[in-house]
Amino acid sequence: MALMNLITAVNHTLDLAMSQDERVVVFGEDVGVEGGVFRATVGLQEKYGPDRCFDTPLAESAIVGTAVGMALNGLKPVAEIQFSGFVYPAFNQIISHVARMRNRTRGQRHLPLVIRMPHGGGIRALEHHSESLETFFGHIPGLKVVVPSTPYDAKGLLLSAIQDDDPVLFLEPSRLYRAFRQEVPEEGYTISLGKAKVVRAGTDLTVVSWGAYLHETLKAADKLQDEGISAEVIDLRTISPLDRDTILESVRKTGRFAVVHEAAKSFGPGAELVALVNEGAFLYLEAPPARIAGFDITIPLPRGEHHYFLDAARIAVGLRQVAQF
Amino acid sequence: MIHERVDLIRDYGALSGRMFQIMDEEGAVHQPELVPALTDEQWLELYKAMVFTRAADDKALQLQRQGRMLTYAPNTGQEAAQVGPAAAMESNDWLVPAFRELGAWLYRGIPLKTIYLYWYGNEYGSHFPEGVRVLPISVPIGTQMHHAVGVALASKIKGEQDVTVAYIGDGGTSTGDFSEALNFAGVFSAPVVFIVQNNQYAISVPRRKQTRAETLAQKAVAAGIPGLVVDGNDLFAMYAATKEAIERARKGAGPTLIEAYTYRLGAHTTSDDPTKYREDSEVEQWKSKDPLRRMKAYLLKRGLWSEERDAALYEEYGTQALEVFREVEAEGEPKVEDLFKYTYKEMPAQLREQYEQYVQYLEGKVD
Repeated sequence: MALMNLITAVNHTLDLAMSQDERVVVFGEDVGVEGGVFRATVGLQEKYGPDRCFDTPLAESAIVGTAVGMALNGLKPVAEIQFSGFVYPAFNQIISHVARMRNRTRGQRHLPLVIRMPHGGGIRALEHHSESLETFFGHIPGLKVVVPSTPYDAKGLLLSAIQDDDPVLFLEPSRLYRAFRQEVPEEGYTISLGKAKVVRAGTDLTVVSWGAYLHETLKAADKLQDEGISAEVIDLRTISPLDRDTILESVRKTGRFAVVHEAAKSFGPGAELVALVNEGAFLYLEAPPARIAGFDITIPLPRGEHHYFLDAARIAVGLRQVAQF
Repeated sequence: MIHERVDLIRDYGALSGRMFQIMDEEGAVHQPELVPALTDEQWLELYKAMVFTRAADDKALQLQRQGRMLTYAPNTGQEAAQVGPAAAMESNDWLVPAFRELGAWLYRGIPLKTIYLYWYGNEYGSHFPEGVRVLPISVPIGTQMHHAVGVALASKIKGEQDVTVAYIGDGGTSTGDFSEALNFAGVFSAPVVFIVQNNQYAISVPRRKQTRAETLAQKAVAAGIPGLVVDGNDLFAMYAATKEAIERARKGAGPTLIEAYTYRLGAHTTSDDPTKYREDSEVEQWKSKDPLRRMKAYLLKRGLWSEERDAALYEEYGTQALEVFREVEAEGEPKVEDLFKYTYKEMPAQLREQYEQYVQYLEGKVD
């Protein structure tokens, strides 16, 4: 066991995956010599050489498209997109090819590749560095979308993602990169994709969150506990495929549901979760399901971003309304 | 090198203002020493491959007009630019197509039935026999360029000697993906050969409105890789140039771009009307440069072929193509299960539920 923060857990996991499987190659902008702008790939080029960990020219479409070709020819590419707001030029590749190759070829060719990128904001960064894009990817059949919330989960989920035979978008909450450390086993272990986790048991309402917001949600749940409201909190972990059963089982028990996310509210991931709860647990509900989410605005620049991001206090307001409806 | 006196890249480089040609428009060869060292029988086989491509193309067009085939992208006039490079490849080399490379697909081992199945509207048209190293058609223009670089780079990383040959059209050279991929290929010295089929039109937009660049080959210059303009209707030149580019790539000298200067004698697809954007006289002029006509003239002159055998062969291939299409018509409807089961390796629970509910509906079990 070693104490790791989320970024060191990612680095450690990439190292482990590369040591276990020589087909794993890691590349992107500044990932080679520099070791990544967040240092996710530090030391990998030194250890595995420039054929397996390398810098690319600055072109996201090419980074993802090249990964597609490499995966088609027997490698397991792990591509890094430097910031989530820079992934848009690669959408054509992700949506038109990454998501479709297996279906297009009726299973003959598939793409065991991972596209890693930071997720969400809260690091006082420039414009385009704070985006939460899980809805875009979650909507596309053929993609898997993962958002870890802890160093331990980051390792198990990333190892699963690299071993998966389907393409995985791995969205790393940049705010958590260095937020806290946790004991992470040195040896390899996996956490199944598509499985949510009940991280806090409760009886009065079900709250689903993921990534950085999970931690604020847990703090909000503690506040409510002091008021005599018992919230069950679920870490979704995987956006696609969604773990419907874990959510519905909880809602059927509590009768109340809220989803908390960083992305803008309208047409966001919460809409899908509320629909899922309505379809699967409508008759159990004692209150309208709620979305506690970002405003429908462009994420403000750092001086104003605190107005956008939800903290435990604001989440608690929303949860209280559901609990007391 | 194709000949001790001719260094393609030195003599026909992107800025040379020259187009590499071995066989002229009448099928005459002025420098026989430049003709690649294949036997007469081998050239005849390549000619037959072009005739088969033409016959299969013509048949597809007829079938589309009868309402039996869906949208189809005709290929006529570009056979040499496809069969030449495909024949220059080794068996383990990869082909990354755009969408109008019928001659190359057939030559690289995709059965006509599979190709017809694609244009019939069935995904099994992108499921190729095991061991055929051809990627599926890439419809979004230019996007396949990155796949080619990735395939080639993977060969290099794995220490394998395979070379990747990628196709794109003249319109595709205007995309960012084209420029990005050339740049990546150059930086990584990827073993890849890019063939730009400049057929002079991107649907209705003529080549001169696509770019102010004098040639498309010169777009390679900025990426630091060699570019050549080759007569795309000259089977000898296309074979020779591609062979040389492949050999360069295989020995680690990196990528090459070949602009195959050709012409699309038919429409972009069966959905458009070329008379709206080009003159009949232009088409007629290009018909005289038809790659089949030229190669046939060469073979006739050498006494290797006859008009009678030629007509009979075309007829025979057309009949074969029709038989193949009848099989496609008989088997071409997809299984419902197949629409669902290849989205992921395993169907996620919600998708499985959608599938099962639909099956129940189809079986009349839902009121």
